[in-house]
Amino acid sequence: MIAVAASSSTGLPPAWALLCYILAITLFARGIKLLTSPRTAVLGNRVAGLGMLLAIGVTLGLLHVGWAYIVPAAAIGAVIGATWALRVPMTAMPQMVAMFNGMGGGAAALVALGDFHRLTAGGATLGLIDSGTILLSCLIGSISFAGSMIAFAKLQEIMTGTPITWPLQHEINGVWLLGLLVIGSIIMATGGGGVLMIVFFAGALILGVMAVLPVGGADMPVIISLLNAFTGVAAAVTGFVIGNYSLVVAGALVGASGSILTLLMSRAMNRPISNVLFGAFGKVAEGVGGGAAAVAHAVRPTTAEDLAVLLSYAQQVIFVPGYGLAVARAQHEVKELADQLKARGVRVLYAIHPVAGRMPGHMNVLLAEADVPYDELKEMDSVNPEFPRTDVAVVIGANDVVNPAALNDPKSPIWGMPILRADQAKTVVVLKRSMRPGFAGIENELFYHDNTLMLFGDAKDSVTKLIAEVKQQAAA
Amino acid sequence: MSTNDLVLIGFFIFVVSGLLGLELITKVPSLLHTPLMSGTNFIHGIVVIGAITIAATVNDTLAGVVAVIAVFLGTLNVVGGWVVTDRMLSMFKGGGRQAARPAAVEPAGTTPAPEGKS
Repeated sequence: MIAVAASSSTGLPPAWALLCYILAITLFARGIKLLTSPRTAVLGNRVAGLGMLLAIGVTLGLLHVGWAYIVPAAAIGAVIGATWALRVPMTAMPQMVAMFNGMGGGAAALVALGDFHRLTAGGATLGLIDSGTILLSCLIGSISFAGSMIAFAKLQEIMTGTPITWPLQHEINGVWLLGLLVIGSIIMATGGGGVLMIVFFAGALILGVMAVLPVGGADMPVIISLLNAFTGVAAAVTGFVIGNYSLVVAGALVGASGSILTLLMSRAMNRPISNVLFGAFGKVAEGVGGGAAAVAHAVRPTTAEDLAVLLSYAQQVIFVPGYGLAVARAQHEVKELADQLKARGVRVLYAIHPVAGRMPGHMNVLLAEADVPYDELKEMDSVNPEFPRTDVAVVIGANDVVNPAALNDPKSPIWGMPILRADQAKTVVVLKRSMRPGFAGIENELFYHDNTLMLFGDAKDSVTKLIAEVKQQAAA
Repeated sequence: MSTNDLVLIGFFIFVVSGLLGLELITKVPSLLHTPLMSGTNFIHGIVVIGAITIAATVNDTLAGVVAVIAVFLGTLNVVGGWVVTDRMLSMFKGGGRQAARPAAVEPAGTTPAPEGKS
């Protein structure tokens, strides 16, 4: 068995191990399938987890050398990963997915580097297939790692969420990639070159950074999904590097399903994937400015007191949650406010835009955490007809998903995106921290409509005040 | 079999698995997009097997250190990815059944779940 390990890229593992790997792969495929339906999703993740335990167990069983280093490293990784994943607030989930995705990409790149070093030890030269697969998994893994870290930093607001652009950006990135390919060809032609390999690795990392910097925060979910597919492909190529087909299958599964998911997401946002990558969404808008017409009007600020009266005497209220709700962690307060209103006989609904928040399904998860009944969460198509007969639409930290520019302004970058028709409600109340444009950096004319009131402040504070005021109304 | 044959077989497997991956994802409700991304994110953590294989076969300190870091990163991906997905999905538990139940009337002024720390 150790012989297998020693010539890892030229032999097949023993039959028992292959059979276990096949079982593991079956569990992965079944798991992904189960993950696509709400009823079976929890089971799907567990089925895939079982497959992973099996695959890792078999690998450790095959290679019973080096456990002294492998087991502690894995144990530390497992403890940190689990603790982190358990403690992270649900609002920070999107960047958590980016972080873990980056770790996988980094692992793929390091495996390639380690294998390169192992195979070239003592001045040996590499065959074309070995060097080609090593370079490819190093390239994709590094881009995925560096890109995911930038995505993490943008979502965590360590750095600005607006697109960072510079002149000739795409040309420079293109030339950069070309340079990497040249370096790669030299490595393949000479079958070695430790220094060149380090340069290639560093260059690939920088390319990952440069590729994600111009992507705006609003497009991050799509980018994370794309990088997820990337890491899948990196894992598959790693399978070629170490000669293990289970990685090829699992990686290809993730690469393909991740690509489809990326397309589904960008379709939900009505943004072609090429726009997401090269459009520098939001940057364009600053120049074009859907806000030109809006400047003529002023916004109408309101107070928690006035708003409480408005809400207390409404027939129907629709909450439109967005990322601001997630940031302020106001979901429990919103639920409490809704309960207060329901006690007064107000009908309360929640309108969930497919891409509200920074991930599709982000709002569903948050509101489910606050025990909001499932049947009050309405998807866009079923809730839009409700707005014209709604007294108050309360927009909490949402912006682009209610921006009428998507319907009226062909020049707007979000032109054509389906929106929640909050503007059709009798009164629209927008809870917002400031007049700062949304994550996409686009002005929102809804804020200037005659039936729109603005309640400035942190969403959690505002809602807490509203709860108190509504209680007073009830007492009065 | 030569290395070439093994790589060709590998390529064949790659393409067929990719086609299977395309077929697996058809209609996904948007509320499951994030968990699905997170779940597949966990699955590509299988790259840890590559890290383990390299860590077990190097006989050189530098490559050993690189491989051990790779094992660490890979397990972070696997364990963290799995736990985050499980947490996300547990929020939806019973969601379907809850919808079928007649809407429970909440008593007025219920305090929110004792979690949300600032």
